[in-house]
Amino acid sequence: MSVTLSPRSAGASGVWGRLSISTKQIVWAWTFLALPVLFFAIVRFYPTLEGFYLSTTDWDLLNEARFVGLDNYRKLFADPVFWQVFRNTFAYLVFGTPIAILLSFAIAYYLDRVTFLHGLIRALYFLPYLTTAAAMAWVWRWFYQPPPIGVINSILGSVGIPAQPFLRSIDQALPAIMLTAIWAHLGFQIIIFMAGLRAIPTSYYEAARIDGLGEGAILTRITIPLLKPTTVFLVVFSSIGFLRIFDQVYNMTSNDPGGPLNSTKPLVLMIYQTAFSSYQMGYAAAQTVVLFVILFSISMAQLWILRSR
Amino acid sequence: MNFMKVARRSFLASVLALGVFAAGSGRAQAVEIQYWQYVFDTRVQAMTELIKQFEAENPGITVKQVTFPYADYQTRLIAAKAAGRGPEVMQLFYGWLDTFIAGKLVQPLPQTTFKNAEIERDFFPIVSAMKRGEQYYGLPTAVRSMALFYNKDLFQKAGLDPEKPPQTLDEFVAAAKAIAKRDAAGNFQQVGIALDIARQDHNWWREILVRQYGGESYSADGSKVAYNTEAGEKALAFYTGLQKVHRVGQESFMDEGQAAFRAGLAGMVVDGTFRVASYKTIQSFKWGVVELPTHDGKKANFGSYFANAIGASATGEKLAAAEKFMAFISSEKAMNIWLEKVGELPARRAVALTEANIKDPIYGPFIRGLDYAATPPMVDEAAQRQVSIDMINAVLLKDTPIKDALNAAATREQAILDKFKAK
Repeated sequence: MSVTLSPRSAGASGVWGRLSISTKQIVWAWTFLALPVLFFAIVRFYPTLEGFYLSTTDWDLLNEARFVGLDNYRKLFADPVFWQVFRNTFAYLVFGTPIAILLSFAIAYYLDRVTFLHGLIRALYFLPYLTTAAAMAWVWRWFYQPPPIGVINSILGSVGIPAQPFLRSIDQALPAIMLTAIWAHLGFQIIIFMAGLRAIPTSYYEAARIDGLGEGAILTRITIPLLKPTTVFLVVFSSIGFLRIFDQVYNMTSNDPGGPLNSTKPLVLMIYQTAFSSYQMGYAAAQTVVLFVILFSISMAQLWILRSR
Repeated sequence: MNFMKVARRSFLASVLALGVFAAGSGRAQAVEIQYWQYVFDTRVQAMTELIKQFEAENPGITVKQVTFPYADYQTRLIAAKAAGRGPEVMQLFYGWLDTFIAGKLVQPLPQTTFKNAEIERDFFPIVSAMKRGEQYYGLPTAVRSMALFYNKDLFQKAGLDPEKPPQTLDEFVAAAKAIAKRDAAGNFQQVGIALDIARQDHNWWREILVRQYGGESYSADGSKVAYNTEAGEKALAFYTGLQKVHRVGQESFMDEGQAAFRAGLAGMVVDGTFRVASYKTIQSFKWGVVELPTHDGKKANFGSYFANAIGASATGEKLAAAEKFMAFISSEKAMNIWLEKVGELPARRAVALTEANIKDPIYGPFIRGLDYAATPPMVDEAAQRQVSIDMINAVLLKDTPIKDALNAAATREQAILDKFKAK
């Protein structure tokens, strides 16, 4: 046995042996990477490409897909509901992200200075992030109810403010849902900001104080610039989150998803309904491609704007 | 040569014998068919009981019940068809039939077992919604109709006679006004009628109020929207007027109409047979059921149902088994079990219209309603319902004039119908 095998293994080790250490490391790296790369190619990239193709067909799950060119896109851009949904999606993004970032930064900034019960307060802020989005959405849905059961309306009533319709209003429903989404992710953002704050060397602050800089100047000259990598990460992360908002909207308006009158419907919910209520898979794929383009360009733009010079 | 011939012949004979044997043993083996429905405890239990009895009567057939949550159910059926592994017998909402025929999910019931003349003689006329051309595509075990639930305790407290519920729309509004209560700020503490467009009120408007005001929801062949008339306007004005003019109720009070009624904070609610089982668990007050209030002496009701149908993929002995099972679950015996376990009305007249059922204080009003119930064909129930929801919301939330809201809804719904016909 060993006699017949040895020449072969000697040959193999010959080739292997002639490789430099860095080449060997690359080969090893790729060997280990091969599995996840293959996995990603099959589960991520292939379906993505297939999705691009589907968006040019009229596939409805039941009949053979037929190539229809750009018909789905023409239909989409001519659909007033799409533009309403488009505006909604951007409303979540444009108002949601800055409010979330400012709020979480302010809380993290002051929480960082609190030493009394620091851990407990931090845990309380983080708690909502651990809760299922659907469960939270339902709790908030009940908060927003009209009297006699809505908590928020009873508080308003006790200080003499008239009851608000919240989720039953075409103007108030979107901000009401957005607030829930901001609150849900606040804990996570605070924790990341606090980690960022702790990472800034205290010697900078000491030097600034010795030089007689005021608190405001320290904040704008030292803290905010040095927090930039953290801020970039959170802005991109939060933007993607708001562009993909679904759970809160679907659960808080499940009687009439995305309603009333489409006033809260984000793009992802429209895609879901097109695909799984109307079975227009081709049309839904076209909407998905549009979402992909938006997500991709906004993420790229943010990385470029907030890049380190 | 001779030897070879003999050998070959005996070989052939043994192959043949083996084949016959195999075929024989195959026939003796049980045929398994699948039955699909959505998860709803009492329905699943009733079906389990029916399957047990069916298997006892038909030893060669086993039926496997497969269930899915309601939200996924239709998607599962369609995805299963795409994957080529649909059930032999399935439950489907009558409004899905056109989609399912177009997608080749179901096949017509064999006329040898299910004769048209017998179906039309024995079943309530609303089963005609399962007929296309001269073919029936399915039959229900149970059917649903609508009625007015009312809270007897609240009637009494408001000075109304709890044994004389409203008969006409005018009496209905008067009763609702007597029951509705608001606080100093004008917020409802208790509503006269629980309004809920997304649940049953869109049906109440489209299939009942429109008819009572002298109109029709759709043309007879179902291809044209027909509610865009004066009758439709009056019906929409009446419904939205409950909140805007008479102020006897408010959309989304207590989140859902049925929740408001259960909590004892709504005097009345329009709902279907399927709610009976849930309301029967109410302990805190007495409630009653009455036929829907009339207008100008006109009665109207909306009948609907989940039918059973044979999957398009069933062939050969599985088709024969599916046919037997279909016949069994459409039988009088099955309907009695369904009524007892689920509380839904039997689809056969003879089973439903017994003296005891008609006089039953709860089932009676529903069964009487079935006699004049309409079941219009629908091509995309979810999309069509959304059109009605948006129309009512436009009037309630944006103060869109009744006529404009109605026109917009009719145009949108007609487009849904046209798109389907064009396929």
